[in-house]
Amino acid sequence: MRVLTEAWLVIALSVGFGAGLAGVHAALRDRIRANQAAEIRAQIPKLVPGADAGRSEEVRPGVFRALDAGGRPVGWVLQGKDQGFADVVQILVGLDEEGGKLTGIYVLDNKETPGLGNRIEEAEWRAQFAGAPAREPLRTVKGAPSGPGQVRAVTGATISSETVTRIVNATVAEWRKSRAAGKD
Amino acid sequence: MTTDGGPSAMKRFVNGILPENPVLRQILGMCPTLAVTNGMKPAMTMALAVAFVLVCSNVMASLLRPFLKPHLRILVFTLSIATFVTIADRFLAAYVYEMSKALGPYVPLIIVNCIIISRCEICASKQGLGPAVGDALGQALGCLLAYAAMGTVRETLGNGTWFGIRVLPAGAWDPWVVMLLPPGAFLTLGLLLGVVNWADRRFSRAAGDRK
Repeated sequence: MRVLTEAWLVIALSVGFGAGLAGVHAALRDRIRANQAAEIRAQIPKLVPGADAGRSEEVRPGVFRALDAGGRPVGWVLQGKDQGFADVVQILVGLDEEGGKLTGIYVLDNKETPGLGNRIEEAEWRAQFAGAPAREPLRTVKGAPSGPGQVRAVTGATISSETVTRIVNATVAEWRKSRAAGKD
Repeated sequence: MTTDGGPSAMKRFVNGILPENPVLRQILGMCPTLAVTNGMKPAMTMALAVAFVLVCSNVMASLLRPFLKPHLRILVFTLSIATFVTIADRFLAAYVYEMSKALGPYVPLIIVNCIIISRCEICASKQGLGPAVGDALGQALGCLLAYAAMGTVRETLGNGTWFGIRVLPAGAWDPWVVMLLPPGAFLTLGLLLGVVNWADRRFSRAAGDRK
């Protein structure tokens, strides 16, 4: 019982702080979610050329139908996430109407190493995903890519780069499966 | 007057501004000092978040000091600091989302900022509420002034703006982009530390002459 006489303060604080944080989370959760939803919506026109942020609609959680100003379908925006080097990486994947080519990606959230892994969010690195083939899985390579479907890893951040490629592949595969099943 | 034998609240407050400035004299918390001072907006957001965490954790450590066990005190400090940092992080994400995204991992990293845990250890866990709050405010102000100095130099020279407002005419000033990048952070910090040390030596010599 020595642990209780010695560490009661730590235990009490853990419970108290935990409850306090749960309260803060409950109070701010909706606001933070609304901010994230607005960020995703603002990214749709940047990910799918010709798409209109206001007209596009979320057909089911994480799957957005990109529509142009006239309401015609121009592509898809898919949300995906997976464990990265440090924490969960969340990205948006832009896809053309037929699902044949990627139109771009955007890193919504990452806590990868500053200066190394977090360079996956830089526009210059993300640009290589625009126009990449979407029917076969992409592969991460070190150094210059030798053909389509290859993604150049950020130097010194192979794990973070592979995480992004893995999320893209899994998200597109998932979308294709549910589309074949006639869900969208 | 304090009954705990340590410096008074006022003395603690004044010490934090320059004589024991956390950034310029103690050289603590270098990671945010270098990383988020490329503009005044992120620098000041970071300074205010640090101030909030400093005050809250100093108050907590001071109130809990009768119950602290020597071998568990660091655990208690870390627990309090982590809680207040998470609160600050969630508030930034809820109310200044863009800034929260721009600061990225540097807000959660306040947890491991030595400025805060050192104040719990040096002052708050040994003194009453008054000196603990005075100490936190002084250290926070010292930190804010140091970030402001870094941010002002880097944003004006690197972008021609201050707080996003144009101060150097666009045509007349060719921005030194390097000031916004990591090398600019090291250059500015090095020169700033040099100036502070030079001024300190000069003024303490002047004070010595008067005696």
